Amino acid sequence: MSGFRHDIQASIPALRRYARALARDVDAADELVQDTLVRALRSEHLFHGGDVRSWLYTILTNLNRNRLRSLARRPIHTLIADEDAADAAGPEAGLRDIERALASLSEDQRTVLLLVALEGLSYREVAEVQGVPIGTVMSRLARARAQIKSYLDGERPALRRIK
Amino acid sequence: MIDRLPITEDELQAYIDGELPEDRRGDVEAWLATHPEDMARAAAWRAQNDAIRARYGGVANEPLPARFDLDRLARSSRSWKLAAAVAVAFILGGAVGWLGHAAVARVAAPPRGGLEQFTANAVGAHNVYVVEVRHPVEVPASEAEHLVTWLSKRVGYQLRAPDLERLGLRLIGGRLLPGPTGPAAFFMYESASGERYTLYCARSNAADTALRYSDIGEATAVYWVSDDVAYVVSGKGDRTRLHNVAVLAYEQLEHGARKVHGG
Repeated sequence: MSGFRHDIQASIPALRRYARALARDVDAADELVQDTLVRALRSEHLFHGGDVRSWLYTILTNLNRNRLRSLARRPIHTLIADEDAADAAGPEAGLRDIERALASLSEDQRTVLLLVALEGLSYREVAEVQGVPIGTVMSRLARARAQIKSYLDGERPALRRIK
Repeated sequence: MIDRLPITEDELQAYIDGELPEDRRGDVEAWLATHPEDMARAAAWRAQNDAIRARYGGVANEPLPARFDLDRLARSSRSWKLAAAVAVAFILGGAVGWLGHAAVARVAAPPRGGLEQFTANAVGAHNVYVVEVRHPVEVPASEAEHLVTWLSKRVGYQLRAPDLERLGLRLIGGRLLPGPTGPAAFFMYESASGERYTLYCARSNAADTALRYSDIGEATAVYWVSDDVAYVVSGKGDRTRLHNVAVLAYEQLEHGARKVHGG
């Protein structure tokens, strides 16, 4: 296996983790990962060094953005029961709370927070993934954290996202 | 104790994320020891990180399904030349968008990305309300705090009314207006000589854009989209002035989250 292939292979578990948190749906997440891998393999000849992992995160982030755009054109139905179920107590509830808090973020904010907190990317790497200056990464991150905090503190209506 | 440079929100965050230069870490720790609010905030951010990892960290340990077999995926990828070209296009697209951010596009073009209606609404509101003498706004600037809280609640995200005093423009107030996809916030500013500028903003699904001009009738507008919010600054008169107003508003709205905390 070439070094390039090897690097891709080694990144798959982390890509799955990122995709799962981003898409919050097992099937949609694995589809994103598969599409990312296919694109990466096709573009092998275009890759001239650098960090394969960051590049894969970039592809996946872009694919997810396209996915959300096409979803936005269709009406979304959410089960009411699903919304209400989360107030139950217990450790499960805590995990579901963070899930729902993440869902209340804008897509760019969610991407930044997950890349930093879950994937351990540096601000610079995130800036490259999103194609924005580092300052923008930091302000998105600050907004994401403020929003999650207010969500978890119970100020839910502040920024509900219907998506 | 000797006064140190206050710790900024950026630094506090960088500290949590392990991005702060070594020589500043001690300052942050000393600051946190005497600033319980910031300490609580830092703890909350850490707890968020922990919760995110607790929820999703385990996914990386799940056995990989066969669909991720690279040899098989490589074999199945046909027409790779076209696909590669597409991949390059979208990766470059991101980079160009970023570079474009540095400068306002000087050429007026029809708004893109589904923003036509949005910009038209903004300019329409501008034209209707700037001529009002007695009731230009619904809530006056004397109740600015209430205005921002109320509009934020209705529009669905935390708003800020930019401070344009540096350009001689004073906030006179704002109102709630219908937008193409939901409620929109509308702020009006006035100079000593009576010229008026308006800022119209609402949530939007459109992709981020750099600042762009749009000429609609007698008013000129500058619009942009950032983090799922679309903004339109409208005014009459010369473009350089409008440009300056829009850039000042843009800078404040983009960097609003990064103000210094006094403690």
